[in-house]
Amino acid sequence: MPDGLFIFFAALTLGAASLLVLSRNAVTSAMGMILALVGVAADFFLLDAYFLGVLQVLVYAGAVMVLFLFVIMLLTDTAESSEGYPWKSAAVGLAVFFFLTAGVLWLFVWSGAVPATAAGATPPELSANPGEFITAAKGFGRLLYTKYLLPLEIAGFLLLVALVGVVSLSKDPVEENA
Amino acid sequence: MEHTTLAHHLLVAGLLFALGLTGVLVRRNLLVVYMCLELMLTAATLALVAFSRFNRTMDGAVFVFFIITVAAAEVAVGLALIVALYRRRGSMKSDELTTLRD
Repeated sequence: MPDGLFIFFAALTLGAASLLVLSRNAVTSAMGMILALVGVAADFFLLDAYFLGVLQVLVYAGAVMVLFLFVIMLLTDTAESSEGYPWKSAAVGLAVFFFLTAGVLWLFVWSGAVPATAAGATPPELSANPGEFITAAKGFGRLLYTKYLLPLEIAGFLLLVALVGVVSLSKDPVEENA
Repeated sequence: MEHTTLAHHLLVAGLLFALGLTGVLVRRNLLVVYMCLELMLTAATLALVAFSRFNRTMDGAVFVFFIITVAAAEVAVGLALIVALYRRRGSMKSDELTTLRD
């Protein structure tokens, strides 16, 4: 039986994600997305990955979702639900969802594919056995500047490329043609 | 016995991924479709962190660090593309953007 905090945040995450998928208002969808991302960040905390949890809230729930909300505010036309309800695609989506859910349940609950007795099936206490998993940002820093130095440089370069790309993409096409 | 096992975390990640995929298939608003894509990515990172934690290795967590970086860049470019598309076509619904089909 999982502990109460995990159940609470798992329910929060899945409920907010359902809100994102089901709501017909784009702003409500974005709010559901923020809540779901915060729930995932809480899950990171429960997994002792504190640095990643903080990063998730800062980058995803903060910066990325603000970007989404800006674009929604600028572009979305509010008169969206004028036409009839899309029954056909809703039926297809429901079928896909049940199929996937059944697959996930079978794989992770009933098939026994996830080892129950392997290294730390019950969450290992870090204080009892520090192992390799270092929760502090120090652990990330050491790996990022030794083993993963090249990927780190490439990630930085990728951010630069994205910056230049966004600037060139968001130039006004009308102005360009004139 | 208050213990969460690896299977519990994987279950949440799998259900989150299923919800995201359903949203991508069902929704017509490109922005919401894009948010659902991000949700699928987040579900994958959750599974990675869980595996990393339960195997007591740091590599999965560092991989998630890079995924968050790349996702931030990807969201910026994708949203710029959607805005450019809206400027040219005046629409953001996936069933109205059918130039390649017609």
